[in-house]
Amino acid sequence: MAGWRRHAWLLVALAAALALPKIAAIAGQDFYVSFASRVLIWALLASSLNLLVGMGGMVSLGHAAFFGAGAYVVAILSVEAPGGSSALLVWPLAVAVNALLAFLIGAICLRTRGVYFIMITLAFAQMFFYIFTSLTPYGGDDGLSLARRLTLPGLDMAGDATFYYVVLAIFAACLFALGRLKASRFGRVLAGIKDNEARMESLGYATFRFKLVAYTVAGALAGLAGALMANQNGFVSPNMMSWDQSGIALVMVILGGLGSLWGGFAGATAFLVLEEVLSGFSAHWQIVLGLVLLGVVFYAPLGIAGLFARKPR
Amino acid sequence: MNKKLLCLALAWACMASALAADKIKVGFISTLSGPGGVLGVAIRDGFNLALEHTGGKLGGLPAEVIIEDDQQKPDVAKQLADKLVKRDKVDFGTGIVFQNLLQAAEPAFLGSETFYISPNTGPSDLAGANCNPYFFAVSWVSDGYSEATGKNMQDKGYKNVFVIAPNYPGGKDVVNGFKRYYKGAYAGEVYTKLGQLDYAVEISQIRAAKPDAVFFFLPGGMGVNFLKQWHQAAMGREFPLFGTGWSFDQDTLAAVGEPTLGALNAAHWNLDLDNAANKKFVADFEKKYGRLPNEYASQGYDAAMLIDAAVRDVKGKIEDKTALRRALEAANFKSVRGAFKFNRNHFPVQNYYLRQVVKDDKGRFVNKTVATIFTNHPDAYVAACKM
Amino acid sequence: MTWLLFLEQCLNGLQFGLMLFLLAAGLTLIFGIMDLINLAHGSLYMVGAYLVASISQATGSFTLAIVLGVAATAAIGMALEVAVLRGLYRRDHLSQVLATFALIIIINETTRVIWGVQPLPLNVPGALSGSVRLFPGIDYPAFRLVIIAVGLAVALSLYFLVARTRLGMLVRAGASNREMAMVMGTDIRWLFTAVFGVGAGLCALAGAMLGPLLAVQVGMGENILILAFVTVVIGGIGSIRGAFVGALLIGIVDTFGRAFIPTGLRAVLSPSVADVAGPSLASISIYLLMVGVLFWKPQGLFPARG
Repeated sequence: MAGWRRHAWLLVALAAALALPKIAAIAGQDFYVSFASRVLIWALLASSLNLLVGMGGMVSLGHAAFFGAGAYVVAILSVEAPGGSSALLVWPLAVAVNALLAFLIGAICLRTRGVYFIMITLAFAQMFFYIFTSLTPYGGDDGLSLARRLTLPGLDMAGDATFYYVVLAIFAACLFALGRLKASRFGRVLAGIKDNEARMESLGYATFRFKLVAYTVAGALAGLAGALMANQNGFVSPNMMSWDQSGIALVMVILGGLGSLWGGFAGATAFLVLEEVLSGFSAHWQIVLGLVLLGVVFYAPLGIAGLFARKPR
Repeated sequence: MNKKLLCLALAWACMASALAADKIKVGFISTLSGPGGVLGVAIRDGFNLALEHTGGKLGGLPAEVIIEDDQQKPDVAKQLADKLVKRDKVDFGTGIVFQNLLQAAEPAFLGSETFYISPNTGPSDLAGANCNPYFFAVSWVSDGYSEATGKNMQDKGYKNVFVIAPNYPGGKDVVNGFKRYYKGAYAGEVYTKLGQLDYAVEISQIRAAKPDAVFFFLPGGMGVNFLKQWHQAAMGREFPLFGTGWSFDQDTLAAVGEPTLGALNAAHWNLDLDNAANKKFVADFEKKYGRLPNEYASQGYDAAMLIDAAVRDVKGKIEDKTALRRALEAANFKSVRGAFKFNRNHFPVQNYYLRQVVKDDKGRFVNKTVATIFTNHPDAYVAACKM
Repeated sequence: MTWLLFLEQCLNGLQFGLMLFLLAAGLTLIFGIMDLINLAHGSLYMVGAYLVASISQATGSFTLAIVLGVAATAAIGMALEVAVLRGLYRRDHLSQVLATFALIIIINETTRVIWGVQPLPLNVPGALSGSVRLFPGIDYPAFRLVIIAVGLAVALSLYFLVARTRLGMLVRAGASNREMAMVMGTDIRWLFTAVFGVGAGLCALAGAMLGPLLAVQVGMGENILILAFVTVVIGGIGSIRGAFVGALLIGIVDTFGRAFIPTGLRAVLSPSVADVAGPSLASISIYLLMVGVLFWKPQGLFPARG
């Protein structure tokens, strides 16, 4: 694809994203603004998982653990320190906490490979789920409601449109950073590990460290997505960490395009729009959803990104 | 003269359209799929039966009910509530089965000053300090059933009781209600994993602890499994088992059968309550759905009837929220539980009955009302409500 | 704690472990031989339980229901293998996860369409519904004893099948070296289908055994699926022996965790802390076990591949 065309597409996408709240307001459908925020937050989660799975070849079925933990950082702080409600403070904290958690968990999980890695990440997510389910002081299974969204200086975060723009800015920044990461030496080493870890090891790379860094970054970004989701919903619950949430994030990655920079975004958009449209038609819409996913596996294994890549240049 | 009449009619029509809605939109979010789906389906069926009785209208206006399935996931419930309030602009919300889902969805309704009529869960915080002008529970407060069970076991003179409940805030709330009225000692207290299916371990523990009696609170499928396994272990011979009415609703009795026979439980409603509204409800429900109604269905029915009465009382002018609230508070409808009255926190003041599972003349397992445990019983939280 | 209670809890753990083994045995073979992550394995357990419950309702015979239900589920499993899963063997794990995740969604919803949302009743046959006095002070439910007997019988026959028959030899060869097995037989595909049928049949058997204790309902497959995966991973993928040991370990750890951790913690910690920590520690005990095992043995206890 020619450079200018890519930039043109980007500009169109950005213009559409910026205009969305205005269009929704004119159409009297403000609901779709918060729907769009939700899509972007899921896209951030899926993109962070794509860093692990698509770029590093580490299939995690427990990524929702960090999503939930990020949300709980926001919720627990709102209980313990109701005064400290600045997003400038809380969001970085959520990122830091999750980076630390991911570093520790990654150090254990990355001892294993393949299916064992899938299962050990799942085990950690299940532990998170059950611990938070029985953590009565913080709502346990009921979850916690937040009194209000966090604040940013000069912005009215309670407004859905404002919050949408904030999420959009964060997502764009994260995607930009992921793009740079992918193109960097680190990204190339990671891709090499995905292809053939033994070869990279024999070339003298400390593959474990590279994988651990990728795991930590992915966990931190998932935590950020969780923190945003807590603000979007005004509510957190252990359900955010359940294994089917991890599964859905993985489905989004594959649906969108494994290893493609925009894959997470495309997958999250496709999945949530599909869900929204189908659920309006029939109570048994999940059958159709399942069939679509099966179709993707057999007929579009590269996901949505693959559909675009196949077009003639 | 004709002209004059026409003018009057036109003016009246204009006024009516300016002041009254032309239809009533109800957003009904409930758990219709998954293990908890049985409860949501019962509430929905009860609600729909009421609409049939009112001719598809609420307070004389055509009713549009938007039914959504929350899949028993709090985040889904929250999104659906947002959608119903912001996109569909519903006049009333109702339907939610579970407390954690209500907690997630309730800000969307109450924050936008949309009335929410709870046909099931009645969280104690909404009855107390967080009581809200837009929230009404047509059912009960979350620990009402267990207060009644505790009172009953205290009155029967049990001294050493074993308690088993799931490990989540709702479970602990219910046990606290029990402890408010049962004052004896505890042979043991076990909190199990939420959604646990096999209770062999706990049943062995109960046997070893040798209590006078057992109080269990295990909602939904958990209770079904516990009852079956309790029966298989022949525990009933040694230990009297007491539960809340939630574990002995009609659907459970039909599914579990024999093991429930003789069990004692407390609830605010029963099939055999002797009033005209209830007789009509039970007979028509069975005719329409081919099964007997349960508590959940009765609450769904009452929720629709409450809305119907309130809209009628304000003559369809639901934009006047103060008047509509007064009308809801007045609760001018015939509840299937008999006399109905809201406390000032919008939770009912009502009777709680002791019921026992028996076989009726058709060989079905049903609850029989044995005694009244509480008469006109208010909840324990109303004092904290500043409304 | 008396030794009677201890013994009773051991029986509970054994019974739970053996049922897990029924599910894990098929899963580990499919994993080991076809290299397929089959998330839909739990769905076959659910389908089996539904079939057994419906047939037993229609015919009134629990035994007949088990025979027919197991056979029908095995057939469904084989059909699924031929129609969908066969196309996934050469794909990466990720596609397998997505495709079988999709299958879970489809099967769950289809079950809901066919049988509705209400759980299906499946009752213990009258002769087994009582309890048996093992020792003075232990009346153990007869049906749970039957479950233990069935579980042990299946374990023994599987051992015989795998260790003594030609089919078993192929299976062992397939689990330890897939390419080798491919080379050995001209048409290895029937072996894959057969293994899948056996796995599905065992799922249905587990569904039939657990159905009367637990509820026959949509979603029953997912929770137990995760436990079955944990079993397979602890035991080592492809190893029947590993699945057996892993299943018993999980059965015992989970049972003892639930029975003794909360009371034990209450003895050492303050009640408020113990009430929060006890149940949560009990519910994560098996995952801790798994993490521990994989930390020391990243290939599980009995790795099938050298």
